[in-house]
Amino acid sequence: MIKGLALLATCFLLGMWCGAILGTWLGIDANVGGVGFAMVFLLLSKEYLTSKGWWNGEFGFGLEFWNKLYIPIVIAMAASLNVKSALSSGVLALLAGTFPVLLAFGVVKILLKQVNPEK
Amino acid sequence: MKELEVILDKNGLIVAFLFVGILTWATDVFSKKALNGRIPGSALAIGLALVLGYLGGVLAEGEQGLADLSYLKGLSTLGGSMFRDFAIVATATGASFVLIRKSGLLGLVSLTLGIGLFFGFGVAIGWIMGYRDAVSLCTIGAGACTYIVGPVTGGAIGASSEVIALSIGTGVVKTIAVTILTPIMAKWIGLNSPAAAMSYGGIMGTSSGVAAGLAATDPALVPYGAVTATFYTGLGCLVCPSLFYLILSTLLG
Repeated sequence: MIKGLALLATCFLLGMWCGAILGTWLGIDANVGGVGFAMVFLLLSKEYLTSKGWWNGEFGFGLEFWNKLYIPIVIAMAASLNVKSALSSGVLALLAGTFPVLLAFGVVKILLKQVNPEK
Repeated sequence: MKELEVILDKNGLIVAFLFVGILTWATDVFSKKALNGRIPGSALAIGLALVLGYLGGVLAEGEQGLADLSYLKGLSTLGGSMFRDFAIVATATGASFVLIRKSGLLGLVSLTLGIGLFFGFGVAIGWIMGYRDAVSLCTIGAGACTYIVGPVTGGAIGASSEVIALSIGTGVVKTIAVTILTPIMAKWIGLNSPAAAMSYGGIMGTSSGVAAGLAATDPALVPYGAVTATFYTGLGCLVCPSLFYLILSTLLG
């Protein structure tokens, strides 16, 4: 269990580091794609360990636990969002926050139609 | 009773596990018994959590929803960005690297489209509501991207604190809108494959909204949406105060 967790932690920290370096490199105070880099590191190290025959249930369980904890974390996140101030920050925030989202769903639909014309 | 209060107060994160567990169990039962599973339990739980977050904000008058109630302060740890990002990375074990690489170009196109679209409409709505200066319009447009891009941009180009607060509000409304609307719109837009999730993540961008929306739609798609959404805020912070601001101030003379 702890081996998988340590592997996840390694990939997470390395990925966040890359995101922070990329942010500094671009001259902005933000993490650029840290989660994405970490995911790629995890996928690559899983492939490497599997090809060496070192991957086993020990690793899998530590990762699976956090994978499953993901939805509860999202629930906790939703409960700790500042919903009240978002709803009371005025008509402009409500319009500028929802209207483009509705349009964006339309854009996703059109884009996916372009990519998969058979559907 | 005093002992219990001390225990609850000292072990916030554990109380949060208990709270989320009870909420999930209750919504699962409700989904199966009352709705015949038509709305997934996780979608109900996320929606209910938003309502509770609103009530928490009203009761405690803070900025962290339900986590402002002192016994539930652990919710902000469990739902904070550290655990959220850690768990998103863990979902990658169910993803295929080959599929991500295959859809890389689609993801890039979606990211560019998404930031441009949200910024453009944010600026347009700001204009309609009476803002005319490039700094305020740019900050509102950036807020329409995510609630991080808004204040970062506003700070960089010197917007007033009122406009920065407005841009944060806009970004949080966006996160909530994406969370609620994704499971409703998923079928209509064809959100049913890894490639679709990657372009959806790139266009919507808000990591929290994309994460919550996909969790309520199909948890297997979460890593694909997250892998593109994670670049959105950084890219937004890069282009909004520079390129987009220059374009806006040129257009407005």
